[in-house]
Amino acid sequence: MSMNEEKTEFRPLIVAFCCNWCSYAGADLAGSSRLSYPADVKIIRVPCSGRVNPMFILRAFERGADGVIICGCHPGDCHYSTGNYYARRRMTLLFSMLDYMGVENGRTRVEWCSAAEGVKFSNTMNEFCEKVKSLGKSVRLGDIRCKD
Amino acid sequence: MQRIGVFVCHCGTNIAATVDVKKVVELVRFEPGVVFADDYMYMCSEAGQEKIIAAIKEHDLTGLVICSCSPRMHEKTFRACAEKAGLNPYMVEVANIREQCSWIHKDREEATEKAVILARAAIAKVNLNTPLQEGESPVTKRALIIGGGIAGIQTALDIADAGYEVDIVEREPSIGGRMSQFDKTFPTLDCASCILTPKMVEVNQHPNITLYTYSEVEGVSGYVGNFDVKIRKKARSVDMSACTGCGECQAKCPLGKMGKIPSEFDRGLRTRPAIYMPFAQAVPAVPVIDRENCTYFKTGKCGVCAKICPSKAVNYEQEDEIVTVKYGAIVVATGFDIINLDKFGEYAYNESPDVITSIELERLMNASGPTGGHLERMSDHKQPKDIVFIQCVGSRCDDEKGKPYCSKVCCMYTAKHAMLIKDHWPDTNITVFYIDVRTPGKNFDEFYRRAVEQYHVNYVKGQVGKVIPQPDGSLLVQGVDLLDNKQIMKKTDMVVLAAAVEPNKGVRKIATMLTASIDNNDFLTEAHAKLRPVESPTAGIFLSGMAQGPKDIPETVSQAGAAAVKVVGLLAKDKLKTNPCTAKCDPMFCNGCSTCANVCPYGAITYEDQQVRGPGVNETRRVAVVNNALCQGCGACTSACPSGAMDLQGFSNRQITTEVDSICR
Repeated sequence: MSMNEEKTEFRPLIVAFCCNWCSYAGADLAGSSRLSYPADVKIIRVPCSGRVNPMFILRAFERGADGVIICGCHPGDCHYSTGNYYARRRMTLLFSMLDYMGVENGRTRVEWCSAAEGVKFSNTMNEFCEKVKSLGKSVRLGDIRCKD
Repeated sequence: MQRIGVFVCHCGTNIAATVDVKKVVELVRFEPGVVFADDYMYMCSEAGQEKIIAAIKEHDLTGLVICSCSPRMHEKTFRACAEKAGLNPYMVEVANIREQCSWIHKDREEATEKAVILARAAIAKVNLNTPLQEGESPVTKRALIIGGGIAGIQTALDIADAGYEVDIVEREPSIGGRMSQFDKTFPTLDCASCILTPKMVEVNQHPNITLYTYSEVEGVSGYVGNFDVKIRKKARSVDMSACTGCGECQAKCPLGKMGKIPSEFDRGLRTRPAIYMPFAQAVPAVPVIDRENCTYFKTGKCGVCAKICPSKAVNYEQEDEIVTVKYGAIVVATGFDIINLDKFGEYAYNESPDVITSIELERLMNASGPTGGHLERMSDHKQPKDIVFIQCVGSRCDDEKGKPYCSKVCCMYTAKHAMLIKDHWPDTNITVFYIDVRTPGKNFDEFYRRAVEQYHVNYVKGQVGKVIPQPDGSLLVQGVDLLDNKQIMKKTDMVVLAAAVEPNKGVRKIATMLTASIDNNDFLTEAHAKLRPVESPTAGIFLSGMAQGPKDIPETVSQAGAAAVKVVGLLAKDKLKTNPCTAKCDPMFCNGCSTCANVCPYGAITYEDQQVRGPGVNETRRVAVVNNALCQGCGACTSACPSGAMDLQGFSNRQITTEVDSICR
């Protein structure tokens, strides 16, 4: 570890995809209840966790994100009935592939958080940030698709 | 290229105290596409909106970014504001710098930096926004109420009186719900059935109301204004049109005399026959046969009820019937029950018949109850001389055993019980163990003080640790008096537990069918805790009564009326605007593989042969087509599409990717 790194604390860059109906509302509740979590978390609103295309996650790790978390409604509570189930399956596959590529499993996560769970949202983000922080800077993925 | 205006709100000091608003304005001014940036104290105020309108006109803006509170709060406001100035409302994006920034971060520098990043992401997104047009969908002018308790009854009456048709689906054989089990009501002590039964009769006779009793909702599809609901009408085994409600069958059922089937309505304090009406004033006054217990259904023998029925209404061959009905709005009024007390072994509820719950006490005090209104111990049928009430059994619990919330009604009904008992039997000695006495409400504290001052009910601040049944039939209550700081050992004849309320079993299943949100305690979530308290976040679903949270009868009736007004407001519209953020297929990339149709929860995707023309392509092929009226904009198809042909308007792949890029830059 160089001298420089010792002085400045590592701050991870975390992208959170939150579904509009449950977890984005949960994040709002965490806000109105003043339940803090690190500013390292930046939320992107999506209609449903099932909307999160694996490409978005790959893109985040390509552009320098250190962690990506996808939050959706609890199983059975999806506003669109089934979107969170698709997200769960899709992400299970994607995360194991990412792990193989060097993006450790601790950097990726799917979490269920309802509109009433402000406390859970805040706790989850605090915990996830700690985890990603402990893993340090993530490897950067490279886009090797042919470009025309 | 867009011409974007950025407006940063101070929200008084809500944002400005932690985020350097001026600095945000300066830092986003030179972002691509931005031609104007400004800040204002309250962007949502009329003056703030006028500022936006003026800027749109003056700078010829094509897109807006409002950095303010959550879009769940004011996105609508700002979209309407843009529309007023002639801008397409979907050219507006909100950067949430209050709930997701200023309110949760303390460090000013950090919060300001994050606000800038969130603003940049929104700006990057608006650069890719396209104007979207809202569609229209028709409204079925009929409402469904799930649950026929006082909440459902009042909602139904209010909607029906406004001139719309209403159906009530009730799981039990009669409407009336919990309130029909009660004896008197606080704080006026008028009798529950005297004020409830006229409403039940009114529901039954109202030309706009259809009752589905002994029925359950089996499935819900569709969306606001256009729900299709499957209702299972369980076989009553009695022909409703022929039955006169004379009650002969109940009186003659051989199982009635055997006393083996506990009455649900009387909380097991007495038994009922296999063919029964739950209570005398049941609406409809038509009995049902409990097929699980009926001898005829179990062995094929008996058939007494069919033989003696003067109007030949008993029909053993009747089968469940499933009907599908269209509705514009649905109200959930599924009510409550009390928690199961198995986990509270310390109160000896399962050990002694003289430890009862408050609802059981209601039945014992009720003139139509198992004892004809005479209060007696269930063990020896003697009148209790000393009664202990224990409050907060499972309410305000820290651990997993009970519920974290206050059940809200127990303090008041316990004061009511104490007073009623003292009224009838003045020499009864009554002690109430409480944590706090909570009596907010009109005439509530006065009511409680009457119990203490006029009726001399002994209130002890403290909890009971154990109730021990004694060999002589009495109960030993071990408690603590926190004010005098001493242990209390008290012999008593009867213990009444104020068990916590909880949403009725089965509400989770209904919430799932309706895709309505539910909280950790299974109470339905409101669209906004303060400003939209009777609406679910799911459009077209409304909340009434205890299903939403603990409340007493006056509050339930008020909320029922509020829900009815919201329903009427919806049904009064001929057309509803539909969400334009729907999926769209690019036929150039689509190869008609059907993956999207398989994941679509609404059946909104079909396939048709289309002429596809483009660079190097000119052919007719099978491609996906989205029905905008059915598409709800979840985007499941967009992530499933292997060729990237499906995209979601308003949340397109490019828009979200650019947000990612912007955050990660």
